[in-house]
This record gives sequence, C-alpha cells and structure tokens, in this order.
Amino acid sequence: MSIDISQFHETFFEECFEGLEIMESGLLNLDIGNADKETVNSIFRAAHSIKGGSATFGFSEVASFTHVMETLLDETREDKRDISQGLIDTLLKSVDCLHGMITAISQKDSIDMGVVSTIQNELEQTLGNTPEKTQKTDINNNEGSIETSEWSIDFKPHENILKTGNDPVLLLRELEAIGDTGVTINTDNIPELAEIEPESCYLSWNIKLITSAQEKDIRQIFDWVEDECDLNIVKTISRENIKPEVENTDNTTIDNNKSSQNSTKKSSAESGSIRVNIDKIDALINMVGELVITQSMMGHLDGSIEDFDTTKLEKLRDGLTSLERNTRELQESVMRIRMLPISFSFNRFPRMVRDLCQQLNKKIDLTMSGEQTELDKTVMEKIGDPLVHLVRNSLDHGIETPDVRLSKGKSETGTIELNAYHKGGNIVIEITDDGAGFNKDKIVRKALERNLISSNEPLTDEKIYDLIFMPGFSTAETISDVSGRGVGMDVVKRNIRELGGNIDVTSEIDKGTTFTIRLPLTLAILDGQLLSVGPQTYIIPLVSIVESLQIRNENINSVAGKTEVYRLRDEYIPILKLHDVFGIASQSSNLEEGILVVIEGEDNKIGLYIDDLLGQQQVVIKSLESNYEPIQGISGATILGDGTVSLILDVEGLINVQKTISTTNKAA
Amino acid sequence: MASILAVDDSASMRQMVTFALKNAGHEVVEAVDGVDALNNAKKNKVNLVITDVNMPNMDGISLIKELRTLPDYKFTPILMLTTESAPEKKQEGKAAGATGWLVKPFDPDQLLSTINKVLG
Repeated sequence: MSIDISQFHETFFEECFEGLEIMESGLLNLDIGNADKETVNSIFRAAHSIKGGSATFGFSEVASFTHVMETLLDETREDKRDISQGLIDTLLKSVDCLHGMITAISQKDSIDMGVVSTIQNELEQTLGNTPEKTQKTDINNNEGSIETSEWSIDFKPHENILKTGNDPVLLLRELEAIGDTGVTINTDNIPELAEIEPESCYLSWNIKLITSAQEKDIRQIFDWVEDECDLNIVKTISRENIKPEVENTDNTTIDNNKSSQNSTKKSSAESGSIRVNIDKIDALINMVGELVITQSMMGHLDGSIEDFDTTKLEKLRDGLTSLERNTRELQESVMRIRMLPISFSFNRFPRMVRDLCQQLNKKIDLTMSGEQTELDKTVMEKIGDPLVHLVRNSLDHGIETPDVRLSKGKSETGTIELNAYHKGGNIVIEITDDGAGFNKDKIVRKALERNLISSNEPLTDEKIYDLIFMPGFSTAETISDVSGRGVGMDVVKRNIRELGGNIDVTSEIDKGTTFTIRLPLTLAILDGQLLSVGPQTYIIPLVSIVESLQIRNENINSVAGKTEVYRLRDEYIPILKLHDVFGIASQSSNLEEGILVVIEGEDNKIGLYIDDLLGQQQVVIKSLESNYEPIQGISGATILGDGTVSLILDVEGLINVQKTISTTNKAA
Repeated sequence: MASILAVDDSASMRQMVTFALKNAGHEVVEAVDGVDALNNAKKNKVNLVITDVNMPNMDGISLIKELRTLPDYKFTPILMLTTESAPEKKQEGKAAGATGWLVKPFDPDQLLSTINKVLG
C-alpha cells in the first residue's frame, strides 16, 4: 500500500509561494540594528517549512538550497549573526531564486541550476563555511555475509518511563520482530503494595536475542528511551549463517521508496485551485439550509393545490419573498468563494518599490490601504500586470529625484499610495503619487508631433490625459528600462477594458497624479443594458455606453456613399444598424424613430442604431463557445426573467463589424 | 484503529500525514498549531498525537509540555516530526515529554511503521 505523494504537490507549491511572500515582506520590514524578533522568527519558520516540505516531497534541490538559508536565518534568530543590509539583500535574492525554482518545478520546467548555484554559493559565503552535506547517511549498510549473533540485552527502564508515553512491552515486541527472543522479567524492584505508584514502572528485563541485525539496529529500537533506561547490550555468541531467516528489511524499503518518489515526481495533474476560508463555506452551507427550509415551506402548499384559497396565497407570497432573498444571498456567497483579498496583488509592490528606488536613486514611501478588499480571482490575475506597470510609471516618471524635489520645496521622500475599496458593485483601485504630475502642454505637443491629434483644437483636460493611453505615446524625456518606451499605457487600458473596467487619470503639475481603476467584482455577472431590435432583446455592457440619444435627421451625413455618420457635437460617429448586422426586421423605418446608443471600445466610438432601450439589470453570462463557433459581435448569452434567451453584445466585435462594413463600402 | 491528532502548520504536510493515516484506517483530527491542537485535544481525547516542532502561536515543544499536564494525556504517545537531526532538539522534546520522533523527510510508509511502534 504505497501512497502517491504527488497528490500533495499542489498544496505544497501554494504553501511555498505563501511562505516566500511572508519571507519577502518580512525581510523588507526588518529594521537594521533593531530587528523585530517575531518577524525574524516568521521568516525562519517559512524557510524551515519549505525545507521540510521539499525534502519530504522529493525536491532535493530546493531542500538543499533552503537548508543554507535556514541555517543563516537560524543564526540571526539566535542572535549569533547581525542583520545587515548585505544580508537582507542576499536573502531577498535567495527568495527570488527559490521562487524561480518552485515555479519551474510546479510547471514541470527544468530549474536553472546556474543561477541557483551562484546564489547558493553567495549564501554559503555569507554563512562563512564550506557546503555542508544535507544528505542523511542513516541508511545502514550490512555488506558481506549475513552474520547471526546472540545478544544479551539488559533493559532497565527508569521509573518515570511511562510518563513520556513509552511502553516497554512495545519495545520488547520490536525486538521480537528482528529475531528470536527469550525474555526474563525481573520483579525485584516492585515495592510493597501500599507504596506502589501506579504511574511508575518497577520492572526490568533481560532479553536473549538471536538475530542477524547489527548492534546499531538493536540500539535504534531503544533510540527514544535511551535517556530513560539503563541499557546494556552484549554480544554473547557470534555465528556465521546459523539462522539467516531474519533479514534486515530496512535497507530495501528505504531504497524502494526513494525510487518510487522519483518516478511519481512528474505525474501530478495540472489544475487551478483556490484556498477558501472556512467561513465562506459555512455561510454557503447555511444559505443552502435556508433554501431547503423555503422549499419545504412551499412544498406544504403544493400538497393541497385543489383546495387552494386566499390564505394560502399569503403563504405563497412569503415563500417567494424568502426564495428571492435566499437566491440572492446564495449567489453572493458563491461569488465570494472566488474572491481573494487584493493583498495577493499588492504584496509584490513593497519589494518592487524598494528595488527600483535603489536603481533610480529615489526616495519613496509606499503606503497601501484596503488590502483586504476582495475581488474575483480571475480579475486579480489579470489586473496584476497593469498595476505593476502603473506603479513603475509613477516611480519612474512621477516621483522626482530627491534634489529636484527639494528644489521644488517638497520633502525629499516621495509617496506612492495604493488604495482599494468597494463602491457600488465595483472595486476601485487608486494609485496616487505626489510627483511631478503631467505637463499638459508637453502631452499636447507630443501628440501633435506624432499626429495623434489633428490640429490645435481646444482639448479638455480629460481628453489630454486620454492621449497618454494612445498607442506609441511616451512623455518621458529619456527612455529608461524601468517603465519602458511608452508602449505600455495603451496595453494597460486595453487590459482593463477587457476586464469590463475603465481607468481615469487626474493630475496636477508638481502636485502629483492619480490613476483610478474601476473593475467589476466578478467576470461572471455583468451590468447590462437591455435593448430591443425588432422582436429581439439584446444586452450591452453598461460600462461601454457613453450616451444614448434620439436621432435628428439633419445630423446624419453619408460618407463615401453608404456609410452613415452622426454628428454629435464636434465628433462624427459611424452608425451601425443592428438589424442589418443580425439580419432582422427593424420596427422603425425612419431613423428618427429609433435610438442611437453611443458605445466606446478601445479607442473608437460607434453609434448603435436600435429600436428601443428597455431596462438595466445584472445578467449572468453564459458562454456560447462550448456549443457554437465564436460569432463576431456576440460575447455570450443569458436567460432573462421571463425565460427567453438574450444575446450579449461584444463592443469590440461590433466596432470591428462596423470597420469591415465601411471598408467594403469604400471599396465598392 | 486509533484516533490521532495531527498537528502541523504546513497544509501539505498535514494533508499527507492525514491521508496516510486515514488510508491505514485511523481516525484523524487536524490542527494547524499548538493552540489549535490543545483545544482539539481537550475536546476529544485521542490515542496518539503527532506534532510538528516549528509552528507559530505555540510550538511543538510547548504543546507537548501542555499536553502532559492534562490528566487525559499523561501517558498518551506523542511523536514529534522534526527536520532537526540535531540531538538538542530531540532532547528538548524528550524532556518536555515526547514519546519519540520522526525525522523529516519521511514517507507515508515510514510514518505508518513508526506509529505502529507506539500503538502496538
């Protein structure tokens, strides 16, 4: 009955990453010269656990690496070593290296041993001794011929041996298991009945043992009790091959286990998992309990449907009210299972800011608030990179160097603030710096240089700041490798929009800049606007709607023959008639009878021509892709309250449809 | 079949120990640190305690000391799981009242053969 331990690898990896985070944030918080004892302890414990786990699960490279880290940390913990900046730097590097190793192992890649050994050497140098072998040499080898001997063992337990939970009888049984025994008991030390302490052991034994085992194997049986007994083991007769019936099986089992560990190392199945706080699951179970109660409440009504009277109507109404409440609460509880605190994403920043400050010679304080704000795991994974980009940007372009700050009359140390909070079904993340702010003139000049805007038309602040999100825009005077060449901001915006969110900027010159990101709490539910086209109801994500208006014929212009555009204030917006796209009959023949919904995609606006706006509601997104091929302009479907299916429109897709139509029109 | 309290702050180790023990037909209660273990031990008497040494809140050594003060756990076998092959740690554990130890890394079979030593 061998157990496949690879099934625990997934948990082990998660644990490692958590441990590494603890180590990293602990190391960053250590004050040189006045290190908090508990922080040092928690860092040590994390390294210790990773070492123990990696050895158990057969990741020897990780075990040997963490062993060195652990030894170093143990010395600091015991005050045998002072904490220096150099030590912290080395340990942080090791944390990164370890992170790389574990990521590689979890993805079944090979470990970059070059990097590992460089850093391991560095650790060992810091430790100031030659590499120590971590491998245990417990494995006993009995080469040569099997020699069977007779042993005489005097075993006299101390009186208090029972108080450590040891039982002499079990030890005798173990001896029996390795050979033939003859046991003589010595009862001389038993006192008078009145003086007997029932918790003490007064017996001792002499055992004659015939075995092929070595003396150390016999001693190992008494390993746990060697300080709690008088033990005397003497070899009385030694014979060659008298009774080779008992073999030392220890060796072979250990070897077998080693090889089975190696062979199962690569086999664990890849699957994403999430750790859920037990409270959330309890809440869920509680909710299901209430649902069952509601169901049984309504079940009572069902039995007597023939003689249904108005008193029952009251109960039915109550039941429906509870059902509605239960459903809503159940939905919330289920959603919460996928939610993680945003600290998972924020945790990387202290380290990043510290490293970049060193690299850029800047002084920056990072403050974070609302780290416990929760959001969907998938959203969290996707928002990580955009956040990193924005923080890097603030660091590099926002916060000035200390001398520049002083000359501006600001304190030498800049501040970057990360803040997260919930607001009306959304999560809001703010990144604020007290740096240079955006220079609007410079942005406009650059945009003109790059032909991103047409002429010296008057631009609102909002429009100017929007320019930085356009592809190929960079305001940095020198390009640095910290925040790149400005290829990022458009990607940041695109990523956020893909998540159904948006990003805003406010900035004041020499005061600082704030980026505000709004994201939906989950990707499974969408705030939708219901609209009708002919007999059909469609849903469009509320966030993508800029405005809706009634059409006035005099504002419609035709470009290049067929494509119609609508003049909205000083913009021309292409019109896309949904009934044409989906091939259904519109209720209205004249455009003035319908409504134009202006939607905004990545960087384009189009006007959707529809029959009517219906209502707004939250809809649960059902994927169509398992049953249908992807259809341009449709992102999914949902079931409406009356049971009909409604398609959810994909804004980017529709914009592409419009582009295709207008190019074919031009070509025609 | 015995009831066993498995104490470890590492979820993967706990999972492995629990799985191996349950597989062998034992009943397992899990605890994440010394404090948790002590509470569990007081609630339900178990036949064997297996505890990690290095844990937050209350470490394994303190747990053993605390358990030995409880009448129910005066003679209960308590094994410590330790990565420390250093004799001081074992001695510290023994002095606190540990029955024996199992040095990490170990595999499920080694775990089972060790607990059979104390469960008889």
